[in-house]
Amino acid sequence: MVVNSVHWFRKGLRLHDNPALQEALDGADTVRCVYILDPWFAGSANVGLNRWRFLLESLEDLDTSLRKLNSRLFVVRGQPTDVFPRLFKEWNVTRLTFEYDSDPYGRERDAAILKMAQDFGVETHVRNLNTLYKLDRIIEMNNNTPPLTFKRFQAIIQRLGLPKRPVPTVSRQQMESCPTDITYTHDQHYGVPSLEELGFKTHSLAPITWKGGETEALERLNRHVDKKGWLANFERPRTGADSLMASPTGLSPYLRFGCLSCRVLYFRLRELYMKVRKNHTPPLSLYSQLMWREFFYTVATNNPAFDRMEGNPICVQIPWDRNPEALAKWAEGRTGFPWIDAIMAQLKQEGWIHHLARHAVACFLTRGDLWLSWECGMKVFEELLLDADWSINAGSWMWMSCSSFFQQFFHCYCPVGFGRRIDPSGDYIRRYIPILKDYPNRYIHEPWSAPDEVQRAAHCVVGVDYPKPMLDHAQQSRLNIERMKQVYKQLSSYKGLSLLGSVSTLQEEVESSTMIDTSKAASGMNRAAMVPDSSCHSSQEATAASATATSELLPPRKRSWPMEQERHSDKCRPPKIPWCTESSPQ
Amino acid sequence: MKRGRISIKSKCQTFSSHEERAKRRKSGASGFTPIPGHPGGSLEDWGNLPHHVVLQIFQHLSLVDRARASSVCRRWNDVFHIPDLWRRFEFELNQPATSYLRSTHPDLIQQIIKKHAQHLQYVSFKVDSCTESAEAACDILSQLVNCTIKTLGLISTARPSFMDVSQSHFASALTVVFVNSKSLSSIKIDDTPVDDPSLKVLVANNSDTLKLLKMSSCPHVSPAGILCVADQCHGLRELALNYHLLSDELLLALSSEKHVHLEHLRIDVVSENPGQTHFHSIKRNSWEALVRHSPKVNIVMYFFLYEEEFEPFFREETPVTHLYFGRAVSKAMLGRIGLNCPRLVELVVCANGLEPLDEELIRIAERCKSLTAIGLGECEVTCSGFVEFVKMCGGRLTQLSIMEEVLIPDSSYNVEQIHSEVSKHLGRMWFPDMMPTW
Repeated sequence: MVVNSVHWFRKGLRLHDNPALQEALDGADTVRCVYILDPWFAGSANVGLNRWRFLLESLEDLDTSLRKLNSRLFVVRGQPTDVFPRLFKEWNVTRLTFEYDSDPYGRERDAAILKMAQDFGVETHVRNLNTLYKLDRIIEMNNNTPPLTFKRFQAIIQRLGLPKRPVPTVSRQQMESCPTDITYTHDQHYGVPSLEELGFKTHSLAPITWKGGETEALERLNRHVDKKGWLANFERPRTGADSLMASPTGLSPYLRFGCLSCRVLYFRLRELYMKVRKNHTPPLSLYSQLMWREFFYTVATNNPAFDRMEGNPICVQIPWDRNPEALAKWAEGRTGFPWIDAIMAQLKQEGWIHHLARHAVACFLTRGDLWLSWECGMKVFEELLLDADWSINAGSWMWMSCSSFFQQFFHCYCPVGFGRRIDPSGDYIRRYIPILKDYPNRYIHEPWSAPDEVQRAAHCVVGVDYPKPMLDHAQQSRLNIERMKQVYKQLSSYKGLSLLGSVSTLQEEVESSTMIDTSKAASGMNRAAMVPDSSCHSSQEATAASATATSELLPPRKRSWPMEQERHSDKCRPPKIPWCTESSPQ
Repeated sequence: MKRGRISIKSKCQTFSSHEERAKRRKSGASGFTPIPGHPGGSLEDWGNLPHHVVLQIFQHLSLVDRARASSVCRRWNDVFHIPDLWRRFEFELNQPATSYLRSTHPDLIQQIIKKHAQHLQYVSFKVDSCTESAEAACDILSQLVNCTIKTLGLISTARPSFMDVSQSHFASALTVVFVNSKSLSSIKIDDTPVDDPSLKVLVANNSDTLKLLKMSSCPHVSPAGILCVADQCHGLRELALNYHLLSDELLLALSSEKHVHLEHLRIDVVSENPGQTHFHSIKRNSWEALVRHSPKVNIVMYFFLYEEEFEPFFREETPVTHLYFGRAVSKAMLGRIGLNCPRLVELVVCANGLEPLDEELIRIAERCKSLTAIGLGECEVTCSGFVEFVKMCGGRLTQLSIMEEVLIPDSSYNVEQIHSEVSKHLGRMWFPDMMPTW
């Protein structure tokens, strides 16, 4: 029987450690590697451009690598549900392979594809590529519920032992036994599109800071491991202004797109540690980046409502403010706080910011200063941040806004003080907000406090050349800490005075029941108000999401600020409550 | 009479068809529609339940469900309006443009004002950041004449929109309740434009019953205004205000013989004009008088100052129990706290500087024997220093919330070892607080 394989690339854009691709090649007569691109949504100005660029570069890289193996990448335009029936017939496909996607909508989409393949008589193989462990196993080991604290998660990981070893890179020999039929029209029909073809204007493109692709990823991996080796004690380096800049050893976007295998990174770090420390078992903190990633994937996998507050059982219902103008100032880096504005400028230009920078801007937007919903911030990150992934982005935002995971909320990053700590010389600010470059170190983090002469000497007057600060941090943080306290006290009916005590400490044993109780208490907050039927709203969202869940890159929407999804739409008119009827009915 | 023979079960079976269900929904009844051919059937049974039974059931229902049930029959409608069900109410006033939260229906608000104003006893208003919402709250307040309110809370869930309401409008609305209730025991009016005259009215009418007054960040009140409250309301047990209202006279008034024991004093110290605000100091004697009179009093202080502004604080013994520093606090200040705050129960530090706080922490462990909770963010403490601190406090630390970055590894301990060492001394599993490093 002839075996014609198709391997469907989604996130694991690599040839090394790709068990699913290996399955496609195993005993096959022909193999075709496809990527399904939905370019319909691309094309809105310069939003999401960096992410698209990274993706296209990664696809180009794959194509180049496949060419060396006498094959090519097939980039197919359309939606999987439309594309696959056509390809199955055209290519006489008998086997379909792809990597496991743990996101709830990913699972839904894949279930549909698997069913379709079954109908066509195509055998399917799905392999776990994207995470270190099988997430279901982690959940199983926690009494069939995802661990809600990072500590608990780590405890379970300790019990799991080592992840599966990476599989070898696809070799030329393997590919030779299952050749791909490449026609001369390949580039026309199946070539990697350019940014222009997708509708982006590229004349004012900033130079590339993060180059996409597996080749670059593996080079960076070597540099990353080399750099770590220098720190023989694996000490935590102090974060300074240089850590904030894009690092040539940074790996997060490559992990997100799967250009680099998380397992390869894991074992390389382990190998290095054991070499330097003479066979001591590495602590989990060595892999902290990978662990956080794994944690958020695990918590999100069974929760389709993970990326929103309403209807999300693990999210605290906080009465966030709604202010499109304020959101726009934050998103565009016009807050008047240079530290915040510089970070948002770097994010927009390059697509990556250091995790401490993320904490700073997330805190500023939500519980620290603006008191806006974390969902808004999440959407902005989704468009601009290269390594934003559904689960990780939503999870991080919930964490940083103290909306979940039993976080203490007392600690608030000051938009002046924190910046001064990390970047005392102000170099980071000068780099990303050039108009402030002539300010002396003493005033650069709070230019409004500089005397008039200093401002004029620096050719940048606050209020004219650079915005005034949009709020008073002391006043705002005072208000906000009270709000958070109110929310948390109501949640746990805690009556005491301790600020720290208002966040209920999670008893590990009763984790699952606490989760249920808090969701009840949280949703009970609006007892007195009329509660409209929200089921129609959420199902609408679900169908909309699955329709767009085709490309791995959530399609770049039009600017997610100031226009926001209308929550009080007419489509969800609540049932009429007879507040005024006095007489009895018939 | 065939009463009792027609069971509920058969009723359900009769109603299993689509049309019957639609008919039921249309008439808006969650109960039963009369069935042709069954005169005097179950409808009478349900409708004839005694009032107090229906009342008990209604008390378990949400307001929405109760409202629906109230349209089933006259009797149930009567029960819906029984005063007992209208003692507590939270008005939620939000605008779609400024909040994701739903709002209390205006018809319901009208009904309450019309029929239940006199029954309300525990009332709160939750408003969003829109001025309109705060004004709506004031309008409702103005109409609560003939009320006997015991508890009143004005809560802004986001920006303090009450501050945008005109002072006269606010004051007149508030005084309606103050004058008419005459039995107010608990009032929460933080972040509002309440003023001295309004407080005078409050005192004139409610001095016997007032137990709790929270008015942090009310800029139109003067020290004299709050002193009037302390002088006349001898039952006052809980008070929350800003530091500029605190005075020696106030503390002495709260410690007078006629006054009950004060349970809880909350003081917010906020920087008005950075670097320019001058904070007065409170005499040691005044504090001592307060503690002598109310030995169990909790004194909670929240600081939002610039580092230079801490000078006047904690130079002498101060009986504070809960301390929160919402911005950076200097090393010197933390040193003084160790020396002068023997009653300290909780210490939370948002940020400090780049020098280790080992000495200061150890002194606090030595001298603040009642300390049970500590939270540190954006500070630096060496691992050895921290272990020493925990060793000295031992198991009395029920809350230990330290951000991971605070702990600096040294020759004795690294980050991995610290958690087991600390857990050992605490007698329970402990980890530092983490933030995602993704």
